[in-house]
Amino acid sequence: MKALIYVEQRDGKVRTATLEAAGAAAALGCDELHAVFVGDGLAADALAGAGVSKLFLVPPSDSYSPEYHAAAVAELARDGGYDIVFFAATQRGKEIAPLAAVGRRAAFLGDVLELAADGGGVKAKRSLYGGKLFGWFSAPAPLVVTTRPKMFAPASGEGEPAVEERPAPAAPEKRAVLIESHASAGGKVDLTEADIIVSGGRGMKDPANFAILEELAELLGGVVGASRAAVDAGWRPHSDQVGQTGKVVSPQVYFAVGISGAIQHLAGMSSSKVIVAVNKDPEAPIFKVADYGVVGDAMKVVPALSAEIRKKKGG
Amino acid sequence: MKILVLVKRVPDTAASIRITGEGASIAQDVEWVMSPYDEMAVEEAVRIKERAGAEVVAVSLAPEGAVSHIRLALEMGADRAVHLVDSQPDRDAWSTAKALAEVVKEEAPDLVLAGRTAVDMDQSFVAPAVAALLGLPFLSSAVKLDLEDGKAVVRRETEGGHEVLEAPLPCVVTAQKGINEPRYPSLKSKIKAKKKKVDTRPAPEFEALVKLETLAYPPQRQAGRILGEGVEAVPELVRVLSEEVKII
Ligand SMILES: Cc1cc2nc3c(=O)[nH]c(=O)nc-3n(C[C@H](O)[C@H](O)[C@H](O)COP(=O)(O)OP(=O)(O)OC[C@H]3O[C@@H](n4cnc5c(N)ncnc54)[C@H](O)[C@@H]3O)c2cc1C
Ligand SMILES: Nc1ncnc2c1ncn2[C@@H]1O[C@H](COP(=O)(O)O)[C@@H](O)[C@H]1O
Repeated sequence: MKALIYVEQRDGKVRTATLEAAGAAAALGCDELHAVFVGDGLAADALAGAGVSKLFLVPPSDSYSPEYHAAAVAELARDGGYDIVFFAATQRGKEIAPLAAVGRRAAFLGDVLELAADGGGVKAKRSLYGGKLFGWFSAPAPLVVTTRPKMFAPASGEGEPAVEERPAPAAPEKRAVLIESHASAGGKVDLTEADIIVSGGRGMKDPANFAILEELAELLGGVVGASRAAVDAGWRPHSDQVGQTGKVVSPQVYFAVGISGAIQHLAGMSSSKVIVAVNKDPEAPIFKVADYGVVGDAMKVVPALSAEIRKKKGG
Repeated sequence: MKILVLVKRVPDTAASIRITGEGASIAQDVEWVMSPYDEMAVEEAVRIKERAGAEVVAVSLAPEGAVSHIRLALEMGADRAVHLVDSQPDRDAWSTAKALAEVVKEEAPDLVLAGRTAVDMDQSFVAPAVAALLGLPFLSSAVKLDLEDGKAVVRRETEGGHEVLEAPLPCVVTAQKGINEPRYPSLKSKIKAKKKKVDTRPAPEFEALVKLETLAYPPQRQAGRILGEGVEAVPELVRVLSEEVKII
């Protein structure tokens, strides 16, 4: 099968989630792997060693527009006769991929966890009903697939892709365009791509107390998340929410601090490799899913944990 | 101004979901509700109506008799509803989008509101597909929506920041958590809703591209080890994180 990977870049580097999408394509047995980047300034060796043999460059539109990106991908997918187009299921990927699928008249499988070849098409595993069930779906080519971050091993392969320039696509005149963008300094790692997440809930009592979670996260190279109760209280931004109506995350380690473990929260984090819970209530449901638990006051346990880690790292 | 809101019926997020029969369907005796993001979409439409005046039409493709979520939309303030009665056994997201797009085309609204995702299939496909099928601009995951000079201006959150996008009307906008707090209908609005019209008609059928083959339960997580109480447990936790989990 012939596959096309949509490339996303961040801070001058190809996103890991993109490399994972390429990895998914290779693992599926796609023998021809090409990539497309819409925009300026892709690092020349960006896809070196990612098993991609050809890289198409499409000039950017004046300002980011999902319809423009989708048109670029759909046109190329059609012209090149690709069986599958892969996107990483990031914020951008999730908005462009469905539009590209319609443009290509292709079947769509979003946020897939596993893939297997199935005749001329694929079988894909997806999470349903907030992680309460898995479903296996089948679909024929042509296809558009988005892969959930951290579910596929990043691609590896030899050499650098040959680069080919493409003209701007025939994008619709009436389209959505970006008019303002504000990013905080440093650009936090996306929760869905983080290896370590330290989440706080209502048990943190006060937004200022999240400082102790920030400290622990920083020590471990992780990021801070939150339960809906913490978000609804206005302590944390909505983009930090983990759960059925927030983000679904699968980090190496998930710390749930002052979080009771409601079913809608579990929906977002129960696929974490290791769960550590800190809660003062020994009966809290979170302990039923946690690999390691500490019963106690977060305000005491978390600073002590940070101090101990610092000590260990120092010595 | 006419606003169409796409609303889907899903199992309550607290419901336990059971697989029945040959493995590709779920027990239907769960509590069904309107998908949470669709409630936000209805709320946003009704607020625009209250602010600036608009006709709000709720549209749902749902099985025969599945009307409680449609009624809720009317009770929240939608003026009328279209119920596309679904009897296609292999209905997928594509055929859903095509059926809904026909209604959007026929109604020719100034704005289509939908949820960021439906919390059952969690695919975020139907709303952008409706937009693309009709050539309407698509603005996703709005935490704020303003309508001005024939344009929709949407703010949305990105990791550690936010961005603003705009598109000319008519367009499709999906609601993300944070856009509003959906209201609980008052008794008065419930009574008023009884008189509102639901146009019930068969949903057009379209070829399905994606087929659900099997359903399975995820492996159950086992309760692990309580390492201890309070700060006394910290040295053991650090040992575990360093020797077993290997992140320190
Ligand atoms: C449609 C719908 C969608 C939802 N979506 C989500 C979602 O996406 N994400 C989500 O998280 N929730 C979601 N919820 C809400 C969910 O049901 C819970 O209400 C929420 O997860 C509770 O958050 P919490 O655990 O922080 O708060 P609580 O349930 O109040 O738990 C606080 C915990 O902190 C502990 N605690 C208190 N003080 C301390 C202390 N000093 N030290 C240590 N522990 C302490 C308590 O023992 C308790 O266990 C949703 C609900 C609905 C109906
Ligand atoms: N059967 C349906 N009837 C009406 N609206 C729907 C239906 N399915 C999906 N939608 C709309 O599309 C959004 C995204 O759904 P999904 O693509 O399933 O995640 C939902 O939040 C609804 O607004």
